[in-house]
Amino acid sequence: MGGLLALDPLLDGEFGWAVVGIVLVKTVFVFALLLVSVMFMVWFERKLISDMQHRIGPNKAGPWGLLQTLADGIKLFFKEDLIPDRADRRVFILAPYLSLVPAFVTFSVIPIGGGFDGERQGLFKLFGKETYLQLADPPVGVLLILAMSSVAVYGIMLAGWSSGSKYPLLGAVRASAQMVSYEAAMGMSVVTVVLLSGSLSTHDIVAQQSGGGYDLFGYDVIPGWNLIAAGVVPFVIFLIAGTAEANRPPFDLVEAEQELVGGFHTEYSSIRFAFFYLAEFMNTVTLSAIIVTLFLGGPAGPTFGGPAWLWGVLWFVVKLFLFLFTFVWFRATLPRFRYDQLMNLGWKVLIPLSLAWLLLLAANRVGNDENWDWKIVVAVSFGVLVSGWAAMVAALKVGRARHAEEEAENENEGVLV
Amino acid sequence: MGYLDGFWVTFKKLFEERLTKDYMKDKGGKRDKPERLHGRHVLNRYEDGMEKCIGCELCAGVCPARCIYVRGADNPLDNPVSPGERYGFVYEINYLRCIHCDLCVEACPTEAITESKLFEFSFTNRQDAIYTKAELVVGDDGRPKQLPWEDWTDIDQVEANTSAWMRATSPSGAAEFEGIVAWAGELGYGIRPPEQGQRAEAESAPSTGTAEQSRLGTAGDAEGLESGT
Repeated sequence: MGGLLALDPLLDGEFGWAVVGIVLVKTVFVFALLLVSVMFMVWFERKLISDMQHRIGPNKAGPWGLLQTLADGIKLFFKEDLIPDRADRRVFILAPYLSLVPAFVTFSVIPIGGGFDGERQGLFKLFGKETYLQLADPPVGVLLILAMSSVAVYGIMLAGWSSGSKYPLLGAVRASAQMVSYEAAMGMSVVTVVLLSGSLSTHDIVAQQSGGGYDLFGYDVIPGWNLIAAGVVPFVIFLIAGTAEANRPPFDLVEAEQELVGGFHTEYSSIRFAFFYLAEFMNTVTLSAIIVTLFLGGPAGPTFGGPAWLWGVLWFVVKLFLFLFTFVWFRATLPRFRYDQLMNLGWKVLIPLSLAWLLLLAANRVGNDENWDWKIVVAVSFGVLVSGWAAMVAALKVGRARHAEEEAENENEGVLV
Repeated sequence: MGYLDGFWVTFKKLFEERLTKDYMKDKGGKRDKPERLHGRHVLNRYEDGMEKCIGCELCAGVCPARCIYVRGADNPLDNPVSPGERYGFVYEINYLRCIHCDLCVEACPTEAITESKLFEFSFTNRQDAIYTKAELVVGDDGRPKQLPWEDWTDIDQVEANTSAWMRATSPSGAAEFEGIVAWAGELGYGIRPPEQGQRAEAESAPSTGTAEQSRLGTAGDAEGLESGT
């Protein structure tokens, strides 16, 4: 049972009411945690970005404006719910859920705590049963994350398409193109992590990063994170591609309000709009959590007395904050990309770079296993690179020459090009 | 570092002083109002209690938002409401439409309508948005009437500074100012002598002076303008 469904030791033993209860408790807890974190994230983003713009930000509802999100939510809930006449009603109603559910599901595979030092490996005792501090640990956790990020495109695309209005449609077209392009680069940088960890389970990826750091002046201070092990480049690619996947600025072309009114959610109001809003910020939180899990060792970190699992939670929250801050920082700093710039960055920079890096890492691994002589490898690959480059330059030269020839001929014949 | 310089710029801002001032509603710390702030209107009265409005409907005619509704009526002979022949029988301003352009104030021949510095009136239904004559006319003490949804927490600051710039032929209805462009006399709160135009300095303020003095002041002004240009 356990091996197939999940790697959690909770599901390995006998299957009783206690197990069901624990799973239910964890589900409710993760759900509540995500909702609260979104509430906090909205406040955090508004407050931080106003700090970066010499403003004050929300400060009326509750202490330091902490309850502003709640007030906004209640207001949205009581607003009139409009469905345009020309909208495709069923799809229009379905779309917000399609964008909300993946955000929730993705978070279920994120390890949010547990001591990852020594032999305990993130186990946590609950009602006399040992379990992981994550809702589910399927053997295909990373694939689930990728799948859910793909499904999330449908929510946005269908929302724009079913609105029966032109600006949402434009937003939807942009969304699908953007998300499909950046998914490739994102997937490729995830593959490097999988390559290093040798597992698709998020728990295993964290466990693998927890041990064996690097030495600095004789101290084991540099952690064994994938960020370093994979050579930073996949991390940067994932950060950029993830920002684009979550439609965060500077990649928020989907809802570029200066061009598209509200983008895909122009026609949405009331609670349906609130769902989109919720999903957007939830995606930011989830994305940060994924980055922390894949590249920064998730809840792994040193413990200094007290319950180990609590230290795990603490490390996780600290790392998560770092990225939440980074995403707001992006928004405060970077102007929105133009559409062609977006496509250029995705297809001409990120995808080739991630592909090349993946090949490099894979070659490195295979070479280590097979005991390749690195001098020969480097010499040969350099030779291949140079000859390939020369061939390409030559091809370009020939092509240009032919083009010029043709043009000259056309001019002679008096044909307008 | 090229691309990354911007990140340092935004990060620095975290530790700099905020430009936005806190709107300290409950602590009485609102900022001073600009001199020419256009707030909600008041309908003024003369010192003897007569209404200044003569029901001419010029304000309604000039209003670009069409938010003013006036109906004039003949003054009752035994108990006149205004010194003129007619008076404003109905006077309504719809604040959902008003853009506070102050054209009504400029159009008014008797300075009956002026704008106060009161701007914090957030009503919650459309009926409240329409201020009737009874709500607009100043009370016997020359003060505007406070409506339940109006916030008057900084009234001390507003009171001293409640005056409207206007281009009336006869500010405060004083005959000696006829034909002179001038600041309005105090409207809304009590009586303040009218002031000279914007360019005129304090020396030519005709607060106690005669019409001749004020005419001289304006003439000097005009000369200054000509030589300046």
